[in-house]
Amino acid sequence: MQRSPNFYNEMSADGVVREHYREFADWLAQQTPDAIERKRMEADLTFRRVGITFAVYGDNAGTERLIPFDLIPRIIPASEWQQMQAGLVQRVRALNMFIDDIYHEQHIIRAGIIPADQIYRNAQYRPEMQGIKVASDIYAHIAGIDIVRAGAGEFYVLEDNLRVPSGVSYMLEDRKMMMRLYPELFASHKVAPVEHYPDMLLDNLRSVAPMGVLDPTVVVMTPGMYNSAYFEHAFLAQQMGVELVEGKDLYVTNNAVWMRTTHGPKRVDVIYRRLDDDFLDPLAFRADSALGVPGLLSVYRAGHVTLANAIGTGVADDKSIYPYVPDIIRFYLSEEPILNNVPTYQCRKKAELDYTLANLPDLVVKEVHGAGGYGMLVGPASTKEQIEDFRQRLIARPDGYIAQPTLALSNCPTFVENGVAPRHIDLRPFVLSGKNISMVPGGLTRVALREGSLVVNSSQGGGTKDTWVLEA
Amino acid sequence: MLSRTADHLFWMARYTERAENTARMLDVNVQTALLPQSGEAARQAWRALLGISELQHGYDEKHEAVTQHDVIEFMVCDPSNRSSIIACLTEARENARAVRGTLTTEVWEVTNQTYLDLRRRLHGGQLRKDPSQFFEWVKYRSHLWRGVTLGTMLRDEAINFMRLGTSLERADNTARILDVKFHGNDSDARRDFYYWAALLRSVSGFEIYRKVYRDVITPERVAELLMLRADMPRSLLACMEEVVANLRQVRNDVSSDTERLAGKLHAELQFARIEDILEAGLHDTLTEFLRRIYELGNGVSRDFLVPLAA
Repeated sequence: MQRSPNFYNEMSADGVVREHYREFADWLAQQTPDAIERKRMEADLTFRRVGITFAVYGDNAGTERLIPFDLIPRIIPASEWQQMQAGLVQRVRALNMFIDDIYHEQHIIRAGIIPADQIYRNAQYRPEMQGIKVASDIYAHIAGIDIVRAGAGEFYVLEDNLRVPSGVSYMLEDRKMMMRLYPELFASHKVAPVEHYPDMLLDNLRSVAPMGVLDPTVVVMTPGMYNSAYFEHAFLAQQMGVELVEGKDLYVTNNAVWMRTTHGPKRVDVIYRRLDDDFLDPLAFRADSALGVPGLLSVYRAGHVTLANAIGTGVADDKSIYPYVPDIIRFYLSEEPILNNVPTYQCRKKAELDYTLANLPDLVVKEVHGAGGYGMLVGPASTKEQIEDFRQRLIARPDGYIAQPTLALSNCPTFVENGVAPRHIDLRPFVLSGKNISMVPGGLTRVALREGSLVVNSSQGGGTKDTWVLEA
Repeated sequence: MLSRTADHLFWMARYTERAENTARMLDVNVQTALLPQSGEAARQAWRALLGISELQHGYDEKHEAVTQHDVIEFMVCDPSNRSSIIACLTEARENARAVRGTLTTEVWEVTNQTYLDLRRRLHGGQLRKDPSQFFEWVKYRSHLWRGVTLGTMLRDEAINFMRLGTSLERADNTARILDVKFHGNDSDARRDFYYWAALLRSVSGFEIYRKVYRDVITPERVAELLMLRADMPRSLLACMEEVVANLRQVRNDVSSDTERLAGKLHAELQFARIEDILEAGLHDTLTEFLRRIYELGNGVSRDFLVPLAA
């Protein structure tokens, strides 16, 4: 794809540096390529020594890879952040109310806003959760909302991640790295701090302990050290000062969850679990899962342990539900959505399928249950054969897909092989819900390092940037 | 503390110690191989080393003859040999990775760096060019690891389980190092001196020996130093003192049998005389000691590390 002036550039407009990047641009102009290269190598070495790596499955030679870190920060002015934050609070609050409603009275279905079969036929809907009371009625305790900027600079929510969103450790490590490499930049910019995230997370998890537990024991539950996000699991457990457990460390007896310790059993009250619903309890879900805890669901249903996030949140972040989120916000909060949804064509509807089929070369088509940038068609970047192949799949199973216009994602200057060039970015802020809704300013900025690429996922060659929200 | 966490800490320490001791044992042999001796004697020395580590069988499956080159390759770079330095340091690092949240950043970084450097060094061929320097490096990294551990970790159970791992492994290894020589039974007074000197150096005991005995090196005194002297940091008695002290710190409802076992072994060493041991047969005594150390390790596992569900 050609570099086009139509993309919104985060740093400059018509060759003029934007106000909030001015200070940084001046500084950048004074850096020699050699100095930059040295800092890049220092960053790489440090990340490797500290072991901030992610595991790649089915790759024996180099099973640990670094996620590329870019030295040019993504800067967000205070005014933009305030608006985004208000939009995030609104959206996550409504989504939690939606999940609670779905698993109880289902007002929204009765009001005719969402068709019942969109819920019941959704694989992420968990009948086991029907009628179950969860602490503080919160389901998505940790949400990662993917936001992009497109067109003339307006923000769109691309995806709500309400199951086990990851990436927050990179947000924290990227900041630590920037402060280590360029302390002088933090003296000249008022960058809002993010380092207190683990404290907020622990506070949030403690606030949703089962009723009557005054001093809850919180643990982080990981599928194990071969999971691609293991570093993050260990990192968060360490930062919060809680145990990092695997399924085999826990067991259920007397309607409670216990962990095996060197001093005998210890009761567990809140489990920040970093594995999918399907693997939590072999008695209830996948029987072949060795990662979970037999009997966990029954304790959970009895209200004697909190799972964060709750079971069954996937019903709200699925791509088939995504088009309804603006209506969900209006229904529960009686407010107009602050953040835009990307216009979405639901291929299960005849007219929208026809439109999609007629405009495939211009659209992005996504599998309803896909994730991680797999199973999608980016029309403008695809060959005729790929498009035809997808057309057949669409016709065969229209309700498995949605389509969206190809967004002209904003780009941000980034170090590449031959200097600085614009690359497309997105943003994942992490929203915590418990007694209150809270977040640290900013989030994880991901950058598509390949020229022209719109896919920022780390599994597809994406990198990260430090994200600065400037204080007013 | 989670039992699994304690288990990883215990084994991280054991493997780090084992890598160090493998390096120490190999170093003695490389040093003594420099002395004038027959080809057969040299082969026997390497064979004895394999035998005492209970690796003769695994070695024979892969190699036709016992040569210095092949034994070193097998004991350093062969990942299929669980006692090789590369296997030990990989295991140490994998165990550390599994509990990195429990370790201080410094402990994790030292462990990880050792692993990364090891691969680079082996790749760069340092082992062949200068084996002693390579063994020196392994020992040095182990010292560093121990220092960083003691210097940065909170004094809680984590340290106790690591110390338990280190002392049990060290007791086992010191017993084996000592047994190698008494096991192989050719005698040549002049060579013996160099052999004992190398052995003492391999346990950092040469200067200590001089200081303690101020006399010529005799096998009896070497045995006494490495078994019964509480002030010699790698002696069996010193290791057992550590084991007893750390077991006391982590004591739980089911660990009394294991404590008794450790206490008894400690007391026997404390009140033993080297003359009696030699009379009863050093090799038999050491074999029995190894058996009891093994049993102790099992006891620690059963009581703390992999308990059955309550």
